[in-house]
Amino acid sequence: MKFLRDALDSVKPHFEKGGKWEKFYYIYEAHDTLLFAPKDTTKTKGVQIRDAIDMKRLMMTVIISLIPCLLFAIYNTGYQHFLAIGQPEAGLIDMLWIGLIKVIPIVAISYISGLTVEFIFATIRKHEVNEGFLVSGMLIPLVMPPDIPLWQVALGTIFAVIIAKEAFGGTGMNILNVALTARAFLYFAYPGQISGDVWTYIGSANEAVAGFTGATPLSIGAEAVTNGKNVVASLNAYGEGWADGLFSFSNLFWGFYPGSIGATSVFMCLIGAVVLFITGVGSWKIVVSVFAGAYGMGLLCNVIGANAFMELPAHYHLVMGGLAFGAVYMATDPVSAAQTELGKWIYGILIGVLTVLIRVFNPAYPEGIMLAILFMNVFAPLIDYYVVNANKKRRLQRATV
Amino acid sequence: MSKFIRLKKGFNINLAGKAEKKIAEVEQPGTFAYKPTSFQGILRPKLMVAEGDNVKAGTPILFDKKNEEVKHVAPVSGEVVEIRRGEKRKLLEVVILADKKIEYEKFDSHSVSDLTGLSKEQVIETMLKSGVWPNLIQRPYGIIADHNVTPKAIFISAFDSNPLAPDYQLLFKGQDQYFQAGIDLLKKLTPGAIHLNVDANAEVSQVFAHTKNVELNKFSGPHPAGNVGVQIHHLDPINKGEVVWTINPYGVIQIGKLFLEGIYDASKVIAVTGSEVKQPQYYKTYLGASVKRFLEGNVNGGKLRYISGNVLTGEKISTEGHLGFFDHMVTVIPEGDHYELFGWIKPSPNKFSFQRAFGLLSYLNPNKEYVIDTNTKGQPRAFVQTGVFERVLPMDILPTHLIKAILAEDFDDMEALGIYEVIEEDLALCEFVDVSKHDVQEIVRTGLDLMQYS
Repeated sequence: MKFLRDALDSVKPHFEKGGKWEKFYYIYEAHDTLLFAPKDTTKTKGVQIRDAIDMKRLMMTVIISLIPCLLFAIYNTGYQHFLAIGQPEAGLIDMLWIGLIKVIPIVAISYISGLTVEFIFATIRKHEVNEGFLVSGMLIPLVMPPDIPLWQVALGTIFAVIIAKEAFGGTGMNILNVALTARAFLYFAYPGQISGDVWTYIGSANEAVAGFTGATPLSIGAEAVTNGKNVVASLNAYGEGWADGLFSFSNLFWGFYPGSIGATSVFMCLIGAVVLFITGVGSWKIVVSVFAGAYGMGLLCNVIGANAFMELPAHYHLVMGGLAFGAVYMATDPVSAAQTELGKWIYGILIGVLTVLIRVFNPAYPEGIMLAILFMNVFAPLIDYYVVNANKKRRLQRATV
Repeated sequence: MSKFIRLKKGFNINLAGKAEKKIAEVEQPGTFAYKPTSFQGILRPKLMVAEGDNVKAGTPILFDKKNEEVKHVAPVSGEVVEIRRGEKRKLLEVVILADKKIEYEKFDSHSVSDLTGLSKEQVIETMLKSGVWPNLIQRPYGIIADHNVTPKAIFISAFDSNPLAPDYQLLFKGQDQYFQAGIDLLKKLTPGAIHLNVDANAEVSQVFAHTKNVELNKFSGPHPAGNVGVQIHHLDPINKGEVVWTINPYGVIQIGKLFLEGIYDASKVIAVTGSEVKQPQYYKTYLGASVKRFLEGNVNGGKLRYISGNVLTGEKISTEGHLGFFDHMVTVIPEGDHYELFGWIKPSPNKFSFQRAFGLLSYLNPNKEYVIDTNTKGQPRAFVQTGVFERVLPMDILPTHLIKAILAEDFDDMEALGIYEVIEEDLALCEFVDVSKHDVQEIVRTGLDLMQYS
């Protein structure tokens, strides 16, 4: 690979101080370090050796953990398409093809728009291009509906990267999770394209089968608040004739139902979670506590039972909507989550609790996990503040005893 | 009141090149150096010798203008051949070309029974003028102890848990008598206890096993269990306004020898270690020895880094460099100034990491000895990962928050988060494991300087 190194070394002077493209040094640098791990060595004083981990590897580990969700997303987008147009017998190739032509452009647009912003900011601010967006750029497409206009993906991504991240100083400084900010922005700015009947790609040339309403498990739950029907019965009844058992508990777990592109399968999220736990990149404490918080709150709702949605068995909350995806990939974002170990438990439990609260009490926003995580992102520093204060108090008390 | 403390947090870095447990013979190096840079807080060193002067072992060669009573003395007899200065004429080294036979300055010698009769003031005065005083380090700040202050306790770590660290059993073999005398003298300097902390997982060395007048505590666990700062935290933590002293067993022995024999004896055993040393083993020499004689012809080819001390807290020196005041080892590892194609993602069983992110497999093979070069393996970034520093610091301290408080120069927070309890070495592992490649030790020193001087 010497020729590649030589090629890079030969153009390098142009980007260094005094070179003709001096301004674009950090763009060059990003590509150089992507190809070659740099040759920097440790300083005279301080540690003489360093751990082999770096930010790129850390972020890539998260992306690797997202691969099951991405692959499933491609298949399921196609599968739901053929289900909805009444051709469930369509071949696997056809399904994957539909999935690919819907999902890949969204992924591509997300990366192109986000990285463009990153490069511009790195150039203006004169700092290295941060790796954080590698993960955000994959998360954003996976929480979009399959039929989202591409320009909205670009707009949401650009908004999130600038407002949620760069305005605060870049990766590591942001308060809100970048991917969720993108989704929340689109949700409130263009509700028509990200809520209601958007979760299955039909295509203008096709007709949906009779009985297809575009409902999601959460919208059925939300309707139950007003019509008072038993949610489990409604879930089981949906899809009769064209997709039996679409919203059965097991199907919700496996994820073969319409929803955000890559967030429907609890199973795939759990595979990703295992990857994150084994590699130690994602905090298992947060994931476990989000599930525990949601389940506990679900049980509490059962006890109160003020409306039909509250009577939904608590375990259903864990498989509906994006709770699993949010818990595994969004809540564990180390920058926007609580940073102390005790804080992580509190943070996770409150996300779970809030998610269910939003679901059952606020039918206007059927998906609670997005807002719950963003809300707790804001409160994470406060949780940490009290945990840190406890540490300080222990030290003070020790002095006075 | 002896305690047994089991530590769970921490991390052992298993490096190749451990020293074989034998003391090899080699001709003594020509030059020895005294490095004021080994100490924190010597701001205005004043030289008492010039190039060409002849000195004996124990002849004062410099002092700190802010702390005139504490004399720093020559470790060996011979001629001062070079006074090395760095930027802004900062004094780096006083280099002495050693005599073939070391001559010693004469100090008063005492019999063991006489020692009890010495007053605290006599002891301090002799220690100050004879050059053994700088062995005493004060916490907070990790600076040379102030003789006008009475510490609440003195702590001695009797083992080193750093990577490739020398075995103290070999280092201090046969010095029991001097060690005990040193302890008895130190006992006069504090109303509190002298804590002697040994490794619970190894046989207690003869030197330490029968020591009287101390509280013998046992520590078990991975590095940094051997760091005296960690031990203090678990035995008798430093609160605001309190002062404790720490000393290496080497210093205790020097003190004992000074009073019993009347000489400043700077002889020491050092370990020559590291993956690039052909024959890693121990050698007997003197404080501040040039490493050249031990490594010439004894290292592998390629670009190498010579380190005075261990790989976590040591300092890079040249091939003819000298050991620092507190160092009992020299480590030689490969330099890492090379590119690696897709090095940031390529999986490899040879990459060593505390973590287990994709492709880092060293956790599967904890007993393997690794060769680690000096490459930074990544570039500096903002803080992203959380919860990792906490796993390598066995103290009730929140390292990330402490570091951020230092960076923000928030004095109240630094104090409240425990800056008085740490010095650089205690957070060295945090610096090693940091995915964002911060210079944690440098940051800690910045914080200590802020607390001390402003």
